[in-house]
Amino acid sequence: MSVLDLLLRLVLLLACFLVLPLVVGQIEHKAMAHMQSRLGPMYAGGFHGWAQLVADGVKFAQKEDVLPAAADPWVFRLAPALALLPYLVVLALIPVGAGQAVVSADVGIFLVLAVMGIGIIGTVMAGWASANKFSVLGALRAAAQLLSYELPLVLAAASVAMAAGTLSLPGIVEAWRPWWLLWQLPGALIFLVAGLAELSRSPFDMPVAESEIIFGAYTEYAGLRFALFLLAEYAGIVVLGALTTVLFLGGWKWPFLVGGLGWLWTLVKTLAVAFLVIWLRVSLPRLREDQLQRLAWAWLVPLALVQLMITGVVRVMG
Amino acid sequence: MNAAVTVVFALLGVLAVGSALLVVTTRQVVHAALWLVVALGAVAGCYLLLRAEFVAWVQVLVYVGAVVVLLLFALMLTKAPIGVSEDLDAGLAQRVVAAMVALATGALLVTVLVDGFSGEVIDQGATGGAPAIGASVFRSWVLPFEVLSVLLLAALVGAIVLSRRDVPGAGAADSVAGGR
Repeated sequence: MSVLDLLLRLVLLLACFLVLPLVVGQIEHKAMAHMQSRLGPMYAGGFHGWAQLVADGVKFAQKEDVLPAAADPWVFRLAPALALLPYLVVLALIPVGAGQAVVSADVGIFLVLAVMGIGIIGTVMAGWASANKFSVLGALRAAAQLLSYELPLVLAAASVAMAAGTLSLPGIVEAWRPWWLLWQLPGALIFLVAGLAELSRSPFDMPVAESEIIFGAYTEYAGLRFALFLLAEYAGIVVLGALTTVLFLGGWKWPFLVGGLGWLWTLVKTLAVAFLVIWLRVSLPRLREDQLQRLAWAWLVPLALVQLMITGVVRVMG
Repeated sequence: MNAAVTVVFALLGVLAVGSALLVVTTRQVVHAALWLVVALGAVAGCYLLLRAEFVAWVQVLVYVGAVVVLLLFALMLTKAPIGVSEDLDAGLAQRVVAAMVALATGALLVTVLVDGFSGEVIDQGATGGAPAIGASVFRSWVLPFEVLSVLLLAALVGAIVLSRRDVPGAGAADSVAGGR
């Protein structure tokens, strides 16, 4: 890989990282509106409000950068970066087509899970440094949620790694066969549910519950720093969609039109998962803390262990 | 190792030691936990440069991703003031003893490492990926691995028993301490 090639890949990565979350955000605006019999944004940019999020971005950039008097300045300022950067790293590892990842690693799946776990520290730092009780509560809830759902997430990913016999993300897609959709179905569902919980997306949005703790850890944030947290949330959806695609939906594989267009199928599948994430937000009410913990420990973890067992049996027999 | 790798390794080492010192000297309890993130991350970087890729990411996943989050969670659940906590300071005698214990432990570890591995040269072509680790853990070292697994399982069961309230006799420590 030459320097120019790497540079091109990095520029493409950055473009994807900045554009895809906005696309998902816009889909959320419009899809959610139509599911609720509304129109959503209609004016910004002319055609069906396509530039609404660009306008929002400009608005955020103009706002004052407020630092609460009692806050811990360094931690407060550093938190948004720590929440956002892990997703950039993960996106760099996603193979969009055969041999088309920005960076390839032998233990890709492990690296991805490890880096994704770091993002939570950004939220916890934000909640603590804000010097606000609601923020600390939000950070606590986010941390508790992550600790519970990390286990099923890793177990579900381990099942696919076992099935494919490799930890490399492109290797998993290469080994993937259509009947895995059925074989790894419980794992896929567990991965998606646990991923949603890690992102604090509905129905697992207790950490940011606006009606009780006014957006939790992000209460005191305004302007660009708040925009970075929002970007992190939508980048998280993109990353979750891309990971689900790579691990469970066969990545760039498709029955037809694969030659050279693999990246398109990765994109289509990723956006389909993102749409599902939005759909769940519109349809499901928020889970209570005890329901949330029960779901993780009493359902997802045992189910993930059963999935691991099934995977092991099929691997040994087959 | 070539020169660039050596320089980066040394820098990461300095970063790890420096942030570790800050962990024990800072008087802001949450900052100590955050410096621990830096220290553990720098150690993971060192592993990476030593071609132990898998171990490096396990370090990040387990220590940075889980242990520190648990630490921060526990801190915030109990007491995590913003700013300097005066009671986090120790007397001179305690500082001297702590420094001596730390130095002695460090010296012991360095001696063991130098004694055991001083002649080893890392094969730059080899990657310490999952296959190599898997083969040695599940073939040569399978017995210690299983013993550790049983130990962890025992700890797990113990933690569950201690936290259960609906079993007669469990939670006895609470009632001795005055109950809830």
